[in-house]
Amino acid sequence: MKLWKTLALAILGSTLATGAVAQGKKWETVRIATEGAYAPWNFSTPQGKLDGFEVELAQELCRRMNVKCEIVAQDWDGIIPALQAGKYDAIMAGMNITPKREEVIQFSRVYAAGPHGWGVMKDSPLAKLAGKDQVVHLVNDADTAKKIIEEWKPLLKGKTVGVQTSTTNSAFLEKYFKDVVQIREYKTTEQHDLDLAAGRLDAIFAAHSSIAATMEKPEFKDMTIAGAGLGGDILGAGVAVGLRKQDTDLKKMFDDAINAAIKDGTIEKLTSKWFKIKMIPQA
Amino acid sequence: MDFAFMAETFMKLIEGVPLTLNLAFASVALGALFAMLLALMRLSGVAALDWLARGYVFVFRGTPLLVQIFLIYYGLGQFRPSLQALGLWWFFREPYWCALLALTLNTAAYASEIIRGGLQSVPHGQIEAARACGMSRWLLFRRIVFPIAVRQALPAYGNEIILMVKATSLASIITMMEVTGIAHKLISQTFRAVEVFVCAGAIYLLLNFLVTRAVLALEWWLSPHLRGAPAPAPRLEAAHV
Repeated sequence: MKLWKTLALAILGSTLATGAVAQGKKWETVRIATEGAYAPWNFSTPQGKLDGFEVELAQELCRRMNVKCEIVAQDWDGIIPALQAGKYDAIMAGMNITPKREEVIQFSRVYAAGPHGWGVMKDSPLAKLAGKDQVVHLVNDADTAKKIIEEWKPLLKGKTVGVQTSTTNSAFLEKYFKDVVQIREYKTTEQHDLDLAAGRLDAIFAAHSSIAATMEKPEFKDMTIAGAGLGGDILGAGVAVGLRKQDTDLKKMFDDAINAAIKDGTIEKLTSKWFKIKMIPQA
Repeated sequence: MDFAFMAETFMKLIEGVPLTLNLAFASVALGALFAMLLALMRLSGVAALDWLARGYVFVFRGTPLLVQIFLIYYGLGQFRPSLQALGLWWFFREPYWCALLALTLNTAAYASEIIRGGLQSVPHGQIEAARACGMSRWLLFRRIVFPIAVRQALPAYGNEIILMVKATSLASIITMMEVTGIAHKLISQTFRAVEVFVCAGAIYLLLNFLVTRAVLALEWWLSPHLRGAPAPAPRLEAAHV
């Protein structure tokens, strides 16, 4: 009986403690989670340090918000539940705004956006997928997008495609290619890159920025982007900071800082530093 | 707690049970054969075989299963040209075979020690008695040593089977959609980690409950000497007197 009481008190105490932090008027430290396995957005260096576009941007934003930044690495598939559980206060991990995610968390304004598409090996018949070097919006260019997707289907029929689990990319495949290809879900993009190079997969579906970064590595030099790049709708409205719904003050702080960083060209500078492909400008 | 959601989750997770059981029982069965071989190598008295088996057990018991799965799947995946030359790529190409291989090699290491313990616990007097009856080595092994060793090793082996049912959850990291794999997918779709993992945990608990009952039944069946003698049937002739 006594044990139960102590336990209950301990649990109550910890909820109160996190509640107090969440309601605190003034933010002194902001803990930001990133995945650390999604180059060039965020990755771990061989020395084990976090680096990448978002790590640099996070420090830049914290400087503008006048808070102390703590950047932590968190596995992708638990990144939203852990935010809700109060393990950290914000997510900057190449996360696209989608209606499904907006049901559980809120987003700041978009700080980056780029197309998504197929990655294949150069000698694969899939390298000829239609629409190379084109970028098509799933809603604004709905007719073109539909035509291209229909053109892809016969070539992709029965192929095995890798995708990172619980991403806009996996949602896209589920919606458009569920009965066409065999989908294999991976924890990180690095894992499906390895399996594509090993020949276990015929293609991957990922952000162009991430495929382009992989192609830079010598062991993946035979990989290439195939077909048109897609964006919008189920693929998300762009990448933004993910926040708990009740932290509206923190959202305002991030929005202001991002706007300021767009205005003075900081984001553009960071984008061209980190991404090998053309990203969609945010101004 | 949202019980409608949990019921729905439970039904979706159940779809992963066949693969979980498939991996668990196939690896335990194949692992048991391999473990028997390893145990016999340990007890063979031939130094080379003994040390080979010791080395194997040391490596596979001393490294995490997670690392073994990663090495077999992603590690060997990088040697595709050599594996293709050897005609083995069809095997290592499929995540299922890689998962099964890793689980089998891992359980064999643990099980070989359990079986060795069982074999060594057979009382010497019983072996000598069998020899005195003129049993050949093979007959002695089949009739006396093996059944007693199995009986002695069974409680520990039951543990190993339970551990293997749970170890199959690691196959999800190489894209196998067993119970845990489906659980991860559901969490990523709903962001409700607690409910989904509670359901997944309940499924493993249920599976292992059945496993423990089966092992217990087997133990009972193999230990008639520990049960009380059956009550003697009443003599029917007595009624006529």
